[in-house]
Amino acid sequence: MTTVDNGVNVQALLDARKVLAGAPEAAQFTWRASSKWQNGVHSTTTVEKFFGLGQEQAHKSEAVFDADHPEVFAAEDNGITPIEYLLVGLAACLTAGVASVAQNRGIQLRSVESTVEGQHDIRGILGVDSDVRNGFNDIKVTFKIDADASPQDIEALVAQSQKRSAVFDALTNPTNVTVEVA
Amino acid sequence: MVVIGAGHAGLAASHFLTERSIDHVVLERGEVANSWRRERWESLRLLTPNWQSRLPGLPYAGADPDGYMTAGEVVELVDRFAAVSRAPVRTGTNVTSVSGVDGGYHVTTSRGEIRCRAVVIASGACNQPAVPRISEAVPASVEQVTPLEYQSPAKLADGGVLVVGASATGVQLASEIRASGRPVTLSVGEHVRLPRTYRGRDILWWMDASGVWDQRYDEVDDLTRARRLPSPQLVGTPERGTLDLNALAAAGVELVGRWAAVRDGRALFSGGLRNVFSLADLKMERLLATFDEWARAHGHDGSPERFAPTRVPASTRLQLDLGSGEIRTVVWATGFRPDYRWLDVPVVDPKGQLRHDGGAVESPGLYALGLPVLRRRKSTFIHGIEDDARDVIAHLAGYLAVRR
Repeated sequence: MTTVDNGVNVQALLDARKVLAGAPEAAQFTWRASSKWQNGVHSTTTVEKFFGLGQEQAHKSEAVFDADHPEVFAAEDNGITPIEYLLVGLAACLTAGVASVAQNRGIQLRSVESTVEGQHDIRGILGVDSDVRNGFNDIKVTFKIDADASPQDIEALVAQSQKRSAVFDALTNPTNVTVEVA
Repeated sequence: MVVIGAGHAGLAASHFLTERSIDHVVLERGEVANSWRRERWESLRLLTPNWQSRLPGLPYAGADPDGYMTAGEVVELVDRFAAVSRAPVRTGTNVTSVSGVDGGYHVTTSRGEIRCRAVVIASGACNQPAVPRISEAVPASVEQVTPLEYQSPAKLADGGVLVVGASATGVQLASEIRASGRPVTLSVGEHVRLPRTYRGRDILWWMDASGVWDQRYDEVDDLTRARRLPSPQLVGTPERGTLDLNALAAAGVELVGRWAAVRDGRALFSGGLRNVFSLADLKMERLLATFDEWARAHGHDGSPERFAPTRVPASTRLQLDLGSGEIRTVVWATGFRPDYRWLDVPVVDPKGQLRHDGGAVESPGLYALGLPVLRRRKSTFIHGIEDDARDVIAHLAGYLAVRR
């Protein structure tokens, strides 16, 4: 038997699934980000700590993300636009899903590439037309996958990764959002 | 010995108990085949062809083996089975409590109390409609109906209908309500797509012949998932037509994503419709490939058939104003769950399902029949009860023998 290694510790995930089935409270996570206005529409957001498995946790190191608008928006382009971060999240989440599902199904991956395109009518955010929504009208993800599997098995990998994706769910289903001033 | 429920499952248990000369009584809240008499919509027919509608010692002997029984015909079948097997049924006897006592169980009914050594729960898997919490946020101007109350399109208000769920129930009701002229929107989550016929035979012939249906519960990869699977998108009609989402869309049913929330009086649907189509298409293809492989191995003529992928609408609505009057009725085809409120034995999990191993419930002497994938994939189908009941009653007999 050849060993499939996509670098995903599926056993740990399956074990966690078993343990958390009997301990739903430990499965409650809080992800956090803190943002600071710089200048103009430029902000920096840092991510380090989160809560999960019943206690405070932290990433190995703090990550800092710059967000700004491009020069065509008359801004300085110190970073990608906030809505582009959604594409980053979606691509990363689906890719992680493909790797995990492939590992679980014994499929060796050689390369997984994807492009994500979000269609955005900016008349919404500019207030040109109140019938136009602010967010994406449509998002399209295209995967190119080289793996030891039939085209149908690869289709199934991608379908299953969507089924188990946090970001896919967050984008396709409504979420309650509370914004307040402390 | 007490059997609870005189549907096909309880009567099959009785059949095998009688075969083993185990003294027992079958308690039935109403009449034999009660839910088939009272809790089925008018047009309902079985999903399985008649030749499969057989019960222990009672093969199908009618003139239309490829047809599908109406609810009334199922009542006749189950009635005949009760008579032929001389089942000791006490009708009009509602079980209000079952509790564990030393050496057995204490059963309280609307007509007295019974002490027994073992109990078979055959009260069904579909006692209550499983209606999601979002139903509470639907404005009062919209009527809400569950499949247990639904009779026919004629009984619904004129105007638009939102059918929620794309299992057999959902697609069947969406289809007949649309045929009545009402605009129908169908909210689609994960579903099981199947063609009615494949390579010239009923799709359920293939399930049977290829052995898929006989797959045992302890061979199924993800049993929890298999037990929660929605019923396949099938309908039993004389035309033997396929009733998948493409057929519904062609009939003018509007497809939308899974109903996720109600906000400001608006129903919000998931934007993930395309992926639930892909998942169902891929699973159907995989199943058909299994059949093709079986056919090849067994020398069957014919060649594989493939079906068009589920067509993704050019644009799907993500929201719908429930206060606009567009939707007059919501039909919750969101599944069913069993009712164990009368069961005073701690064997029900937080999701309301019995904890059991192939029908042997966690509490010794307590058994179950007629639940999804109880012992085999075919467990909830009429013809699936024979093998399950034989096994479960054998286990029960062994238990009684040891404890004697």
